[in-house]
Amino acid sequence: MKANCWYGKRHVQVVDVPDPIILNQRDAIVKITSTAICGSDLHLYNGFVPTMEQGDIMGHEFMGEVVEVGREVKKLRVGDRVVVAFPISCGNCFFCKGEMYSLCENSNPNAWMAEQFFGHSPAGIFGYSHLTGGFAGGQAEYVRVPFADVGTVKIENGLSDEQVLFLSDIFPTGYMAAENCNISPGDTVAIWGCGPVGQFAIRSALMLGAERVVAIDRVPERLKMARDGGAHTIDYEETDVYDMLMQFTGGRGPDSCIDAVGLEAHAPTPLYYYDRLKQAMMLESDRPIALREAIMACRNGGTVSIPGVYGGLIDKMPMGAVMNKALTLKTGQTHTQRYLKPLLKRIKDGDIDPSFVVTHRLKLADAPQGFATFNDKQDGCIKIVMTP
Amino acid sequence: MTTRSLQGTSPKTTRPGKSSSKTQEGSPATGQQLGAVSDRLSENGNGNGSLTQEEQLAYGLGWFGIGLGLTELMMPRRLAHATGLPIRHRGLIRIMGLREIASGLGIITQRRPAGAVWSRVAGDVIDLACLGVAFTSAGADRKKLAAAVTAVAGATALDLLCAQQLTRDVVTRNGTIAVTVSLIIDRSPGDLYSYWHDFTNFPSFMKHVISVQVTGERRSHWVVTGPAGSTVEWDAEVTEDSADTLIAWRTLEGSDVDHRGQVRFEPAPGKRGTLVTVDLQYRPPAGTLGSAIATWFGQNPEHSMKMDLRRFKQVMETGEVITTEGQPAGRQGSTSWKYDRAVRGSGTPRTRGRT
Repeated sequence: MKANCWYGKRHVQVVDVPDPIILNQRDAIVKITSTAICGSDLHLYNGFVPTMEQGDIMGHEFMGEVVEVGREVKKLRVGDRVVVAFPISCGNCFFCKGEMYSLCENSNPNAWMAEQFFGHSPAGIFGYSHLTGGFAGGQAEYVRVPFADVGTVKIENGLSDEQVLFLSDIFPTGYMAAENCNISPGDTVAIWGCGPVGQFAIRSALMLGAERVVAIDRVPERLKMARDGGAHTIDYEETDVYDMLMQFTGGRGPDSCIDAVGLEAHAPTPLYYYDRLKQAMMLESDRPIALREAIMACRNGGTVSIPGVYGGLIDKMPMGAVMNKALTLKTGQTHTQRYLKPLLKRIKDGDIDPSFVVTHRLKLADAPQGFATFNDKQDGCIKIVMTP
Repeated sequence: MTTRSLQGTSPKTTRPGKSSSKTQEGSPATGQQLGAVSDRLSENGNGNGSLTQEEQLAYGLGWFGIGLGLTELMMPRRLAHATGLPIRHRGLIRIMGLREIASGLGIITQRRPAGAVWSRVAGDVIDLACLGVAFTSAGADRKKLAAAVTAVAGATALDLLCAQQLTRDVVTRNGTIAVTVSLIIDRSPGDLYSYWHDFTNFPSFMKHVISVQVTGERRSHWVVTGPAGSTVEWDAEVTEDSADTLIAWRTLEGSDVDHRGQVRFEPAPGKRGTLVTVDLQYRPPAGTLGSAIATWFGQNPEHSMKMDLRRFKQVMETGEVITTEGQPAGRQGSTSWKYDRAVRGSGTPRTRGRT
């Protein structure tokens, strides 16, 4: 089959690889009908995530048709149309039973390595470095899905791929980010980053009852999409974000702040170059520019929710602000499986049509071009969906 | 749960001053100091806080380095004469002496001297390079230099071995390596005890175990992969067996690897499954040197045991061992040599039905 593989910094290539087979009896093989490039794939693309190996198949946002199941798969049948959640979760351990699926204790064979980085290991993730298991991803024609009963949701006909595909990651990720804000009626939520996750966070915050959402970015088409979703917007290259937010909230600050940017943040200030330098010198691995701003802007006693990906160590973390302002930090890889059914219902009920975010449709064979376009934010690119 | 001493046999787990003296209703009246050195299995063990063989070796090397360094610093002329170096290089010899002293002080003043021993390795390499260059220099006594190179190379080997064992956290006391590993598994003590007690189940989660044959009421024969494709065999005997609680075993005379161990199953607090603790003590064939050679290409024993226990948890909780071996990839080989050692080439069946 064809698969999009990682070969180095800014180097992916579609090559022929063997078809996946059932390796464990709870596995299923899914023939992919739609697969997407995630913003977090760009961190791999740009070489910021350690433990990638040449030839790793990328992709953790995909859906398709079940073509083979292992003996112990109980709920799925060959022919079922499914969306696959990006974390791999066993469904049996302490964390899975508590619906904290992205913390599954059994799905990362390389847990020993993650323990050295983080103290404990998160769940395995499709196509997202060997630190999270080295699992082959879904930017391919077929994929092996371990613990298939737990990690999939069946889709009936009547909904298009583009309407349901983002249940695999970005819709639940934006939703969990908003849910983590414990939104009360009347709340103002500020969201850094209007990429796909930011877009879903904007709409989710409004669905969960936020009165006002402020979205922060610098890319015109992303800011426009945010306004279309009901947010007020700030272009951080034109205005001071903190000042704007204080004007908007009468000096109190947003009730919750969401960092949907993560480790490759930009800023039009000398601080950006300072962080770039420290990153280049390997004195820090992540640039927490958006996170610092979110912490400084958040109102006293508010919540900072962090769906953005961080991989290692950051510098100049304003911990004094967190402590003295009594902030709550909420974060984590998304417990996607928890949201599959409730959010599918939202889509069916017409509360949201996630296909709004798609700007580019490509063939899998054009994945390398897709990565370059998305990475450089060319051509108004916000979200790319690929078909085999 | 009754209170008991919460102990590890490895000083690595020591966290000082963590004993609680608070009394709470419904909870044990006294807390415990965590990580105190266990005497549970150590018939031949020595008391708390004694040095491991690796540490003893490190301190030996440290003091040796300080002695040598002082000699280089105070008597460079005599040392140059003894090693065949040209006398005009005595400034350099003094600098080397300072380096020796710095590494030595680093070792003897630190609680975990691995880094300082590695600095000795680095220093050895520099020394060897300098001696190599000296061969070409006028006024050198090549015979004496060759003897000096041999001596430094020997020290380098010893430094390297010591540094490696310290880095791997290998703990040897009286020729015995002790390992304690524990994990919470979300099954009842009875389920876990039953699965463990059927030793023929071991290949399903112990990566290096090829087969276990029950040879008698309390006896079994084990075949395990050894270094470089070899196999290692032993006969083991159950020495203690308490239903749903504890199994202890030891190897019989004539085993390739002399070891004993026990596994305990205790209900975890808050009804969150079972706390499984494995204590293992083994005597590598040739003491510290043997254990160094045995682990040279492998993992530290604690790490291996932890991975095996994690696979036991996977089998007991999910019914299978998670793997990526055999999946597609855009390269030769489905997994990564560098990172996926947990799933590579176990040679054992990966899939087990639910128990």
